[in-house]
Amino acid sequence: MERYDVAVIGGGMVGTAIGYGCAERGARVIVLDEGDVALRAARGNFGLVWGQSKGDGMPAYGAWTRLSITLWPSLAERVSGFAGRDVCYSPVGGLTFCLSEQELAERRDFVHRRHNQGHGTVRIVDRRELLEMMPGCRLGPEVVGASYDPTDGHVDPLTLLRGLHAGLRAAGGVHLPGAPVVAIEPVGGEYRIARADGAAVMARRIVVAAGVATTRIAAMVGLDVPVRPVRGQNIVTERLAPILPKPASAIRQTGDGTIQIGVTSEDDGILETPTTTAALAKMAARAIRVLPPLASARMVRGWAALRPMTPDGFPAYAESATHPGCFVAVCHSGVTLAAVHAGPMAEAVMGGGMHALAAELHPDRFARMPIQHVPAI
Amino acid sequence: MSTDVDLLIVGAGPAGMAAAVTARSRGLTVLLLDENAGPGGQVHRGIEHRAAKDEQDADGAKLAAALRSSAVETRFRATLWAVEPGGKVFWSEEGAARSAVAGRILLCTGATERPLPIPGWTLPGVMTVGAAQIALKTAGLKPQGDVWIAGQGPLLWLYAKQAVEAGGRLAGIVDLSHGIPPAALRHLPRALMAPGYLLKGLAWQRRVKRAGVRVIHAEEIRAEGEGRLARIVVDGTEHAADLLLLHDGVVPNTQITRAIPGCAHDWDAVQACWKPRLDAWGNTTAEGVMVAGDGGGIGGARAAAHAGRLAALEAARALGRMTEDQRNAEAGTERLALNRQLAARPFLDALFPPRPVTAIPDETIICRCEEVTAGKVREAVTLGCLGSNQTKAFTRTGMGPCQGRVCGPVVHAVIAAARGVDPAQVDPFRTRFPTKPLTLGELAALAE
Amino acid sequence: MFQRSDPPDITITWDGRELPARSGESLATALLAAGVLSFRETPVSGAARGPLCLMGACFDCLVEVEGQQNVQACMTPVHPGLRAAPQHGVRDLPEVEAA
Repeated sequence: MERYDVAVIGGGMVGTAIGYGCAERGARVIVLDEGDVALRAARGNFGLVWGQSKGDGMPAYGAWTRLSITLWPSLAERVSGFAGRDVCYSPVGGLTFCLSEQELAERRDFVHRRHNQGHGTVRIVDRRELLEMMPGCRLGPEVVGASYDPTDGHVDPLTLLRGLHAGLRAAGGVHLPGAPVVAIEPVGGEYRIARADGAAVMARRIVVAAGVATTRIAAMVGLDVPVRPVRGQNIVTERLAPILPKPASAIRQTGDGTIQIGVTSEDDGILETPTTTAALAKMAARAIRVLPPLASARMVRGWAALRPMTPDGFPAYAESATHPGCFVAVCHSGVTLAAVHAGPMAEAVMGGGMHALAAELHPDRFARMPIQHVPAI
Repeated sequence: MSTDVDLLIVGAGPAGMAAAVTARSRGLTVLLLDENAGPGGQVHRGIEHRAAKDEQDADGAKLAAALRSSAVETRFRATLWAVEPGGKVFWSEEGAARSAVAGRILLCTGATERPLPIPGWTLPGVMTVGAAQIALKTAGLKPQGDVWIAGQGPLLWLYAKQAVEAGGRLAGIVDLSHGIPPAALRHLPRALMAPGYLLKGLAWQRRVKRAGVRVIHAEEIRAEGEGRLARIVVDGTEHAADLLLLHDGVVPNTQITRAIPGCAHDWDAVQACWKPRLDAWGNTTAEGVMVAGDGGGIGGARAAAHAGRLAALEAARALGRMTEDQRNAEAGTERLALNRQLAARPFLDALFPPRPVTAIPDETIICRCEEVTAGKVREAVTLGCLGSNQTKAFTRTGMGPCQGRVCGPVVHAVIAAARGVDPAQVDPFRTRFPTKPLTLGELAALAE
Repeated sequence: MFQRSDPPDITITWDGRELPARSGESLATALLAAGVLSFRETPVSGAARGPLCLMGACFDCLVEVEGQQNVQACMTPVHPGLRAAPQHGVRDLPEVEAA
């Protein structure tokens, strides 16, 4: 049986980043992955590298996010090289548009709270400043202002995923897709991981980064990590000439020129990913209020994905107390956090000790919370 | 839920027209949507505006006339883009999104041509044989000058025949088929039961050759030119060309059925395509959704009409307008006729297996929208992509405005070949609604 | 190339010049009949491209029609005086008319 230093369970944005980081640090890594139509949050990513809204009520998450943003330029350069294509990381500042005075007032309170929690880069900008920042931008008359964080930006999430996979491979890592993991058992200081297709590997360390399947698999290594699926739908238009210079929450122009519009939060516990016209219509309507010329833009694709959501919505990281060397990493910000996953988190998995910020995001906190919609997957 | 219409039919080709008329005659209210300007589908395209030249045209004219004299509500230039649970459908018409709730939905979306990606096929001047046939049927455009046809399959010869009969001139046909494979011969006896099918095919070939059209049997072809087609290179020999028409058979158009949750599809190894899993009446595995015609498996225009009528009878039964016994009694002759039409299929399918994708060079574009090459798709397989969907995420193949309609069959075949596995083990693109582009303004108008 | 069986009966404008067309046909066949094979340059590489399928599936025949960009020429019926032009790369969205 093949033996590895690290087996990562989950070939999505989180697992691949950690696996790549470990392989780059010299570990013999295998990333175990499901097949072609798995429930992949990595395919539903919006592509923001984003700090302004992250960590309200959990300052450690805010700081962990800011750390990742500082590490992003270096990750972007390496990943673009592996992907053979520019990952299009552009830290040009990010916006959250407000479409009424009331939305702006609420956003102002939010920004105030963020400042008190140590996130000082975000601020409120009014319509005049928005237009100065983005000359000629055809903002709709309802746009009264926005929150703005100059450290925010965006990236092509699918090139990122591909680049992480290519980087994993370039560093000698192995990707084994095709079937879910069904059992993990300790064998003489190592772990035997068995898959539904009969394949099995041995590893000294394990990272459970299995998205919406995290609860089921983390339980195999003695970790209680409740995760429920929250569906997000996306819209992408035809390629357009530049029309929106800065990315915003739920609307951005990609490096390819398409406009991506997000994104719903459907918390119904259903493990399926159809699009629904009602949701797409609402998303389109709001996008048009932000940028009225979009009314004539053609939608060419819609899709949905399931985000793995913890009870408080924040990430969870831990090493198992009962199964030493076994880690869990779950979040729904796999793009923003890719740089800390490939960096400090990979170091922790290699035995370097959990980063202090990640340590504050231990899933033990969920034991004190009401838990809903734990999926049976 | 109350419904707006008993039966909603998508596609006014032979299956859709026949189904609509039959369903209406059994008392069902019927709404028939089609994206084209009038009835006919691709096979009978523009049938109301041209003289019937052969049996096929006569069939189409008859179906269209019956549709027009029925009380079926027809909407042309109407593009369906979503089917949701509970019979809810959405379409675009005259720049506005509309919706209706139907008791039953019958998808008669026909076939699309299997792409034949050769080096240079993205040059202006390279089109499909189906496209040239549409140009002939709808606008009377006939080939003239250095026009070449390349590929294989019945439609290739039918078009060549129609073109020369219309006074068109062809420089030549590059036949990429491989003669009669031994596997095909065992289907020959049954094929001979099908009325006139095989004889017709041979007659088309004779007619084309009699017109002096040169036929070259070849292994390889590529298209070349600067900004437009200038020449083709056939097994190393150059020929001047200003138009090249490609064809490699047709496959079911499953763009809509693949987007419907719970609608199972199976790999058809003989026709080398995915098709929705149907019972004998055209019911899919998704409640209330039916398929008839080539969209459920390639059978041709006449088979499609029979399947459409059978589906209409089943819809009438499902909606309580006839008993099972009545349905079965009325279906008898239709089913016999359908089986006769399908008798030649196994032979034809075995005769024209699709061109192997291993013949596609790495640098050849297979996704025309996003300009993704075969090599990029193969590279994605080495990165661990097992199927079309992960490959799409890694390469952007299938992400453009055609939504994978053109590249889908080839991407699937290239992945299967690169992995060295049975194509049945490779997932096709999962499609999602809306299955045709629509403006955000149209979509937003549906928001409460 | 292609030759018409029936004479054209109307005139359309393509990229500023007048072309003959026949009522009832699509913009795509009108262009093909006039010897126009290249309809656009792609937004990805800028390569010249013309129609492939003529049945609304391939989205390769995108052109500008009456100021609207990225319109499928094969799904657009011609009418006398129709103004069309090649699609050059990505689409530019028109200004929104004041309500």
